[in-house]
Order: sequence, then structure tokens, then C-alpha cells
Amino acid sequence: MSDPKRETEVDAKARRGRNVALALGLVLFVALVFVVTIVRLGGNVALRPL
Amino acid sequence: MLEAQSGVRAPARWQDFVQLLKPRVMSLVVFTGLTGLVASGQPIHPVLAAVAILCIAVGAGASGALNMWYDADIDAKMRRTRGRPVPAGRVQGADAAGLGVVLSLFSVMLMGMALNWLAAGLLAFTIVFYAVVYTMWLKRSTAQNIVIGGLAGALPPVIGWAAATGEAPLNAWLLCAIIFIWTPPHFWALSLYTSEDYARAGVPMMPVVSGAASTRRQILAYSLILAPLGVLPAFTGLGGVAYLSVSVGGGLVLLLLAARLFRSRAGESADPRNDDGLYDVRAAAKDARNLFAFSILYLTLLFATLLVEHVVGLPPMELF
Repeated sequence: MSDPKRETEVDAKARRGRNVALALGLVLFVALVFVVTIVRLGGNVALRPL
Repeated sequence: MLEAQSGVRAPARWQDFVQLLKPRVMSLVVFTGLTGLVASGQPIHPVLAAVAILCIAVGAGASGALNMWYDADIDAKMRRTRGRPVPAGRVQGADAAGLGVVLSLFSVMLMGMALNWLAAGLLAFTIVFYAVVYTMWLKRSTAQNIVIGGLAGALPPVIGWAAATGEAPLNAWLLCAIIFIWTPPHFWALSLYTSEDYARAGVPMMPVVSGAASTRRQILAYSLILAPLGVLPAFTGLGGVAYLSVSVGGGLVLLLLAARLFRSRAGESADPRNDDGLYDVRAAAKDARNLFAFSILYLTLLFATLLVEHVVGLPPMELF
């Protein structure tokens, strides 16, 4: 016989792991877009007419 | 969550979703893409270079997830693939497909915005070619599946080159051609000793459709094209003396192993009337394994030498 309570804990642990991975992925993507913007903007700012 | 529905043995862990991205294939794609980016010779901001490689890697991973979603029925029948997350029941097919589509969109859009739209377009083409043309059409319908489908695996150097320069010149396509011609002998050597698996799954791989002798002949033919093609970058202003040495030496070993495989009985079933038959077939399978293993080393050496020459700043060959 399987233990329903234990299964729930396993499910919850797996779900928590997936959520953390998804959150880290999204934060990384936002950080990446920010850094790319700064890098691409940097050169253009230096070239702009004063 | 979909995973909680009946029929799923265990809840999906985040590692299962990483496995959907085929990390080992991803590492080869990253390596060849990086070589294309560096070999272009165009200075590029390190952050943008890293983003380009990340986009290539994520795009390849997205193709892998779409492939695992669509091919779950085939994967379940083959020993090598039955433990993958979808056929094993750890991840729902719809979740794998969703991951593939989302990562495809993210990688192509980021490549376009951060680098240029030629690189993004080539990346999008690669993903669609692998997921739709190869996975959904060619793989199940023709013995030429990995020949034509190999284009998807061959394009990363062109994407890397385009990301750095905004162009895709002939030298970039030469790197693509090397991987394209390398793919058939590489995969057919593997399929010679795994053809039972493919036959069970109904995948028309060359040994299943045309037989082992025809496959060995075609492996030799492709190797005869590949060996000189691998040397060509030394004469187009791309490779230097080190590349010439490695490509000539590697090409000769490749031809030797392909010739040995051609003369062997690899992929054939043993003749029950002949006691020596089983031994011959087993020994021949070793010839197929040798070519398969060396083909990986050969391609790695070619691209690694090119990469090192450009990073260190060694000059390409001067012919005139």
C-alpha cells in the first residue's frame, strides 16, 4: 500500500523545485535583457551628438 | 498540474525538463556555434558573444524538447531512449511541447534584439527544420532522414558567424558543409549496431531499409567526400598550418576506419550454419563502433583546432 501523505510531500517538493527553476530562469532572462540593453546603448550614447 | 493526472508515475522534477533539452547535443552545438563566431574574425563584445551562444544553445534545447514531445511513441520502443522523461511518464507531452515553443520564441527574439535578425532568422529556420521537417516528416518517411535532417545540426557555425558579422559568407557555409557531410557516416556507423532498435520502432534508418552492405558502402562514399572537404578550410583563408596537419591526419584515419568497416560484416546477422559467423559479426560491430567513436573525435579536433588558431591568433595559410 502506498502512503498518500508521503506522495503529497514528494509532489510538493517536485513542484517547489520546478517553481524555483522557473523563477531563476525568468530572473536570468530579465537580467540578460537589461545587460544587453546597457551594452548596446553604451556605444550609441558615446556616439550621440552633443 | 497536468503531472498530477493519472498515468504519470512520478512528479516531474526540474531536472526532467533539463533532460528534455538534450544537454549533450546542446554542448556540441554550442561548440560549433562558438567556432563559427570566433572564426569570423569580427571583434564582438563578450556579453553579446555570450548571449549569441546562449541563444544557439537554448534554440537547440527547444528543438530537442519538441523532438521528445513528438517522438515519444518511437522513443518508448527503443532501449536507448525509453528512459526519456516523456515516454517514461515523468513529463506530459503537452508540457514538453510548451517548453519547446516558449524557449524557441525566447531564443529567436533575444538573438534578433541583441545581435541581428539574420542570425535570428537562421536560428528560427534551424529550429523549424529540426522539429518539423526532420522530426515530423523525414524521420518516419525516408532512409535519407538523417542526411537531409543533418542540415539542422550543421547550421550553428553559420548562426555564430552571422551573429558576429551580420553576414553568412562562403567560409561559414564551408563549416556547415563539413558537419553536413560528417553526419551520415557518423549516424549510420551507430545505426549499424543498433538497427534492431530502429526496426522495432519502425524508423526507416538506412541499415533497416537498404541493408548493412549498402550502408557500409555509403559510409565509405561519404567518408571519401568528407576527408578532402575537412582539409578545404586550410585553403580558403580559414585554417592555418595546425589545421592542415590535423585535418589531413584525421581524414586519413577516418578513411582507414571507413575502409575497414566497408570490408567487415557489421550490421549483418550471423549465419547459423557457420560457427565462425557469429564471431565475424561481433568483430565487425567493433569496426562500426570504432568509426562512430572516431567520427566524434575527428569533428571535435577540426573545430577545436580552428577555434584555438583564431583565439591564439595564428595566421591562416598563405597560398600565394
